[in-house]
Amino acid sequence: MSETGNAWAKVQLARHPKRPTAKTALKALAPDFLELKGDRFYANDDAIIGGIGTVGGIVMTIIAEEKGTTLEEKIQNHFGMPHPEGYRKVMRLVRQAEKFHRPVLFLIDTPGAYPGVEAEARGQAEAIASSLRLLFSVKTPLIAAVLSEGGSGGALAIGIADYLLMFENATYSILSPEGFAAILYKDASLAKDVAQNMKLTAQDLYGYGIIDEIISEPGGGWHLDNAGPLRKLEESVIREARKLMLLDSQTLLDKRQAKFRRHGIYHEENS
Amino acid sequence: MANFLDKHKTKVVLFNQQYRNKKRLRTQKVDIPENLFTKCPFCQEILLTEAVEENDFVCPHCGKYFQLRARKRLEMLTDEDSFQELFQNLSSANPLDFPDYEDKINKIRKETGETEAFIAGKATIGGEKVALGVLDSYFLMGSMGSVVGEKVTRLIEVSIDERLPLVIVSASGGARMQEGIFSLMQMAKTAALLARHHEAGLFYLSVLTHPTTGGVSASFAMLGDVIIAEKDALIGFAGKRVISQTIKEDLPDGFQTAGFLLEKGMLDMVVDRKDLKPTIAKLLHFHAGGEAHV
Repeated sequence: MSETGNAWAKVQLARHPKRPTAKTALKALAPDFLELKGDRFYANDDAIIGGIGTVGGIVMTIIAEEKGTTLEEKIQNHFGMPHPEGYRKVMRLVRQAEKFHRPVLFLIDTPGAYPGVEAEARGQAEAIASSLRLLFSVKTPLIAAVLSEGGSGGALAIGIADYLLMFENATYSILSPEGFAAILYKDASLAKDVAQNMKLTAQDLYGYGIIDEIISEPGGGWHLDNAGPLRKLEESVIREARKLMLLDSQTLLDKRQAKFRRHGIYHEENS
Repeated sequence: MANFLDKHKTKVVLFNQQYRNKKRLRTQKVDIPENLFTKCPFCQEILLTEAVEENDFVCPHCGKYFQLRARKRLEMLTDEDSFQELFQNLSSANPLDFPDYEDKINKIRKETGETEAFIAGKATIGGEKVALGVLDSYFLMGSMGSVVGEKVTRLIEVSIDERLPLVIVSASGGARMQEGIFSLMQMAKTAALLARHHEAGLFYLSVLTHPTTGGVSASFAMLGDVIIAEKDALIGFAGKRVISQTIKEDLPDGFQTAGFLLEKGMLDMVVDRKDLKPTIAKLLHFHAGGEAHV
């Protein structure tokens, strides 16, 4: 595949009906995974699975956005679109991980945070904003991987990490191509045309220095070989977690903040 | 009134030509009038511009709030001649090489006379020194791209380095679509600096004005130690159109208004425009040191 001449093809692969979801990755990475539910305020959000498991001998807190595979599950999980209680569960589990010095692994796969009346009423914006700020202050290693769809603030809210990986055919963007086309051109059907200009592929983002590593997939996509890319992901997660666990907590935090501080391209005239 | 209009017939005709056929929307922007008259976008009343200005850009007839340009907002909130602008030397590049983006930026720069959608600086409010920033909804909907994110971040750094309280007045539709992932990363960047600001024990007052949505509400705007909203402001994460289209839910009356958010516990208070400055000054005063627990 060419570097960027295939953005829409990747959007489709990232959303392929047979593409594995986070559950598959969880099972492969941490066979002993134990789910911990609830935000302790309001509800449990099934769009985000959180818990503890062992990855290559390292006990980690793992937090994953899960779209669901059956229709029933997809509806229950709101197609992987978290509500505020999902992000509040994330914050609870991240604080817990910090307390017990466990590294955290985030698995990202969401079209975006849920846009709905209840989500707004319970403070979707506040939940995402608070999650962002918290992740910049927790003194435990954070690793994140965009498995398939990295949609907007809903992905970013669990995408603050010391090391960020992305699957080869995953996308990560400010908005879905449909939403993007609807906002800029008042026509969602132009999604296919705008996808190319959005620069949302793993290759684009690696080039921009937004992500640290690309996990390669078989030619036709991850669904043709579930286990292969997950083995590579596991190796990278273990390798990076070991490195990050050696840093003292202040260095870890300073590096994480500095990494995100750099993002942005603009002109600066001498003043 | 009829006599008065007769005297200024030409101006009224011009005025009508300019405004009559425009779509009347809740969010319609009103040019800060240089003309003698201005028409309220809400009640359609023709008003003396001077009367509108004297009333803090609140319609003297129906009481609705006109959206303010950032400069006007600064003038209304800061002590006279106290504002010193910072980071004017930053301007937008085209990070994704997005088609027509540069033209769009150049056009809006000419129209507004501003270099970008965020004005940052230092000022005093009611005698208290602050690091202050204001978003301008007239500049591409106050959307946050690399420049807005960088200026917000640098302003937070000034606040930390000089141990000043931070006040940010938001008015934004959210992300700058044309800057894609870089726009998204500004949410992270501003939140990173606010984590340091928080750690430093400094006061951050977030003021939400019409509209505050999307990536701005889901980052620095909702992270204030105190969050106050101006009356009638629309505040939310997802846009109303997105919600009604994707979820097919009916939206309740007053959804995403400042009053709605206050009722849901997301804001500390909703304040009338005329009370904004004294309220900010009071909060700054409360946080200005003095006797405290050691």
